[in-house]
Amino acid sequence: MTPVPFWRRYTRFFGPDPAADVKDELRFHLETKTDDLVRQGWDPKAAREEAERQFGDLRSVQRIGQRIGEKTERRRRFADYWTDLLQDVRYTFRTLSRDPGFAVVSILILALAIGANIAVFSVVNTLLLRPLPFPNSQELVWIAPPPSGCGWSCATYSADAYEEFRDQSRVYQGVTGYEAFTIADNFRLTGRGQPESATAIMVIGNFFQVLGVQPAMGRLFTDDDARGKDVALLANAYWRHQFDADPAIVGKAIELNGTPVTVVGVLPASFDYGAVFSPGAKVDLFVPLNLDHERTWGNIVTLIGRLKPGVTVAQALDDANRVAPNIYFSVKYPETLGRYKGSLVPVPLKNYVIGKLRRSLIALWFAVGTILLIAGVNLSNLLLARAAARAKEFAVRGALGASRGRIVRQLLMESLVLSSVGAAFGLGLALMLIAGLAHQGSLALPLLSTLRIDGQALGWTVLIAVLTAMIFGLLPGLRMASGNLQAVLKDSSSGAGLGRKHERIRAGLVISEIALACVLLVSAGLLLRSFLKVLDVDLGFQPDRAASIRVAYDDSAPSDDARVAKRTVIFQEILERVGALPGVEAAGIADFLPLGPNREWDTPEPQGKTFAPGTLPDPLVYVVTPGFVRAMGIRLHGRDFTWADGPHSERVVMINASAARVYWPGEDAEGKILMRGKEEDHVVGVVDDVHEENVESGAGSQIYYPTTQQGPDDAQLVVRTSLPPAALAASVLHALRELNSNQPAAEFRPIRAIVDRAVSPRRFFMLLVAAFAGLGLLLATLGIYGVISYSVTRQTPEIGIRMALGASTGRVQRQVLGSTLRLAGAGLAVGTLLAFVVAKVIASLLFATSPWDLPTYLGMAVALLLVAVASGYIPARRASGINPMEALRNN
Amino acid sequence: MDSARLEFLRGTLDVLILKALMWGALHGYAITNFIRRQSGDTLLVEEGTLYPALWRLENKGLLEAEWGLSENNRKAKFYRLTPEGRRRLRHEVKAWEAYATAVGKVLGATRLPVAEEIG
Repeated sequence: MTPVPFWRRYTRFFGPDPAADVKDELRFHLETKTDDLVRQGWDPKAAREEAERQFGDLRSVQRIGQRIGEKTERRRRFADYWTDLLQDVRYTFRTLSRDPGFAVVSILILALAIGANIAVFSVVNTLLLRPLPFPNSQELVWIAPPPSGCGWSCATYSADAYEEFRDQSRVYQGVTGYEAFTIADNFRLTGRGQPESATAIMVIGNFFQVLGVQPAMGRLFTDDDARGKDVALLANAYWRHQFDADPAIVGKAIELNGTPVTVVGVLPASFDYGAVFSPGAKVDLFVPLNLDHERTWGNIVTLIGRLKPGVTVAQALDDANRVAPNIYFSVKYPETLGRYKGSLVPVPLKNYVIGKLRRSLIALWFAVGTILLIAGVNLSNLLLARAAARAKEFAVRGALGASRGRIVRQLLMESLVLSSVGAAFGLGLALMLIAGLAHQGSLALPLLSTLRIDGQALGWTVLIAVLTAMIFGLLPGLRMASGNLQAVLKDSSSGAGLGRKHERIRAGLVISEIALACVLLVSAGLLLRSFLKVLDVDLGFQPDRAASIRVAYDDSAPSDDARVAKRTVIFQEILERVGALPGVEAAGIADFLPLGPNREWDTPEPQGKTFAPGTLPDPLVYVVTPGFVRAMGIRLHGRDFTWADGPHSERVVMINASAARVYWPGEDAEGKILMRGKEEDHVVGVVDDVHEENVESGAGSQIYYPTTQQGPDDAQLVVRTSLPPAALAASVLHALRELNSNQPAAEFRPIRAIVDRAVSPRRFFMLLVAAFAGLGLLLATLGIYGVISYSVTRQTPEIGIRMALGASTGRVQRQVLGSTLRLAGAGLAVGTLLAFVVAKVIASLLFATSPWDLPTYLGMAVALLLVAVASGYIPARRASGINPMEALRNN
Repeated sequence: MDSARLEFLRGTLDVLILKALMWGALHGYAITNFIRRQSGDTLLVEEGTLYPALWRLENKGLLEAEWGLSENNRKAKFYRLTPEGRRRLRHEVKAWEAYATAVGKVLGATRLPVAEEIG
């Protein structure tokens, strides 16, 4: 074979053409065959015909050839691409290993940024994007009135209302609910040595069927169970740790509060009641709610419905509005018809569960995205610096025939390799973060226990790795590829011409980095201020140095009077015994504590005054013993209850300041009388407003009754102590056990922990955003340092000359610091403007803090400038240490 | 007989092509000539079968092609073996020889084997 001569090499100048190739090849065949035949003595024309005849169907062979040719061409192109790619990767690893410092720093930056992004994405995905962990969860709705001031009692419905609503609504496959006034540790698991506390939720019989939860073992509740059978379903975790995952538990009887209860089933591990309905709460078992027992109890159940397929929430609302006027609070009292008008509002269950967290999550997502952006800009900067140093290398490669596309691809490959390795480490980091978060029991965020890195999070990882590589690789790539090759090759110093241009771009990058860091710092600052304000909120009680424990008592007696007497003796004994313990300053008992569950009873009216119907509040009710307000640290004007306020003496109450303002505006409420029907309640004291539901919203009306005159639902012993609460736990429990051997080993909870738990979501978001701001600041610092340090290196000869001409060290230093501050100042200016916009957007996340909070902005500016000076100081020192002689000689 | 020969050719054409290229690059016409001559004019490869077979082998990466000038100074497409093609040739030759020996043994049988041996 002779090579094709030079001029014929260009026949495929415009790229490969498989069709023409096939034609050429076959033509050659036919011509050669004809030649051979002619040589054998054929007539040329006949020879040609014979050759074609022998060949057969030329066209169809051509077609086949064309098809196969195209396929081959595709394959070849792919193979070439792949070979180039592998070459790029190999080259990348070689160059990166030559500069391990750069590689390590960039991978570290990327790992932090990408790791934070994956972790936050997983949280957002779990809480916001993923559906609730129930089949067809989009059909589930939460039915509740619009938010109001009277707590849970106004967010729930009576047993009668539930049944009427269920029967009259037409849009639901099923309506269910649970008893909303469950207190933690409301049951005692007995008959197994020391009694132990357990939390049981009473659910309407069809609760699990409506949610679509299948039992892991045994069966769910039946309608029959709901008519007073002593049966229970165990939560999976409880079954595991309390019953050692006994595979034969179904059908066995366990003892709750001394009564044998049959276990009918075990729920699957995937069902976590607390995660959905009561963030951070641990629920051990479920018992059926007997609606017939609850008819007289007023509002007690929440409503959850499963819509028929295709029914929208708006249609459900229409239906609820149609049904509401026909519903009785209690069918026994016709006048209660229509009480729920306007207060049956279905919302998607998911919205109820996530609620206000939505905004925080989105803000968090943006914050972490900003980190990624800063990291990207930072790397872009580092790569530009490197690119300037490598300008010669690229110029040579360009001169040797590498196309611009190829050089850009090479640079992109470098960033892709960096970001992939960074993403791999980031994934590890995120796995650790997520594992830690998922087991944060003290964090009151819903669905947290279902947190995990799933396929979607992995997809997100890949996406952001590629995206980051694009962000930080493309700019230096384009810059490099567009450089003037000859200029670079001619230039003796390492790319000085390019260097100056680069420096401008890099300065721009640093300014944007600082600006983004500003935004993060301001956001974090505002959230921090809000958090501090929240901690500073006057809760109406003193959470420090106090702790509570749930007390078990038995006041069963044939008559109300006997019950009161029995209870009073028990409470008095407990308070005497516990009050005598060393370190205890005050002790009291209440049935409900602030920031926990609550309820209201009815609408008391101030004696002798008339109010327009509907304007009087339904105050939240607390039934307390003497000493409770002191133990809780609630300020009191007037007198506390005493043991002398017996069942037959004058009825007494305490009300809070808000209630007093409503009942007797501008007057002293003490000594006034509240009417509950025919009952006269004498107001003996006015206490400060206590935050009953959460730390951030204010208090409504509250009323306190003595345990000696009204029946408490429960007993929470509160102890105020001069010692750390933990030191008292054992002696208090011991004292309670001596009085009542049935006292379970309940948790001795510092009141501060209750408050901490209530503010934990805010703390969580604040800490995260603060961490991101810190990271952003660090990255910005790195950016400033990089640019200044590089420009000092580049200006070494210039500085040398200036120093030789008599410039002092101080002056050189000042100059370098000056350019640092110029960068920081520009970034600060842009950043402050951006921060104004962002602050306005996150204003709804703030608490008692203005989005234009001056100290925050000042703090941010000072922090940034300090950091800028610090990062400019090292290069400045280096600049002033330049030896003029050496600098000049080296050039 | 004709159809039987066709089937036979289809199975073996690939290996014959690979063999033809063992000593260096050839164009399609030379390959037909090689096979015809080497088989003593017994195996006549039709062009309509040969070229698609060549292209398929090229597509599979067993052959690579290059344009060059033929003996008669015409532009022609020359095929040569890739390392992969060379490996395949070795393998196919071995398989063919084993097959041929086995068939030869059976056809060369002179008597029915003793009964217990077959069954």
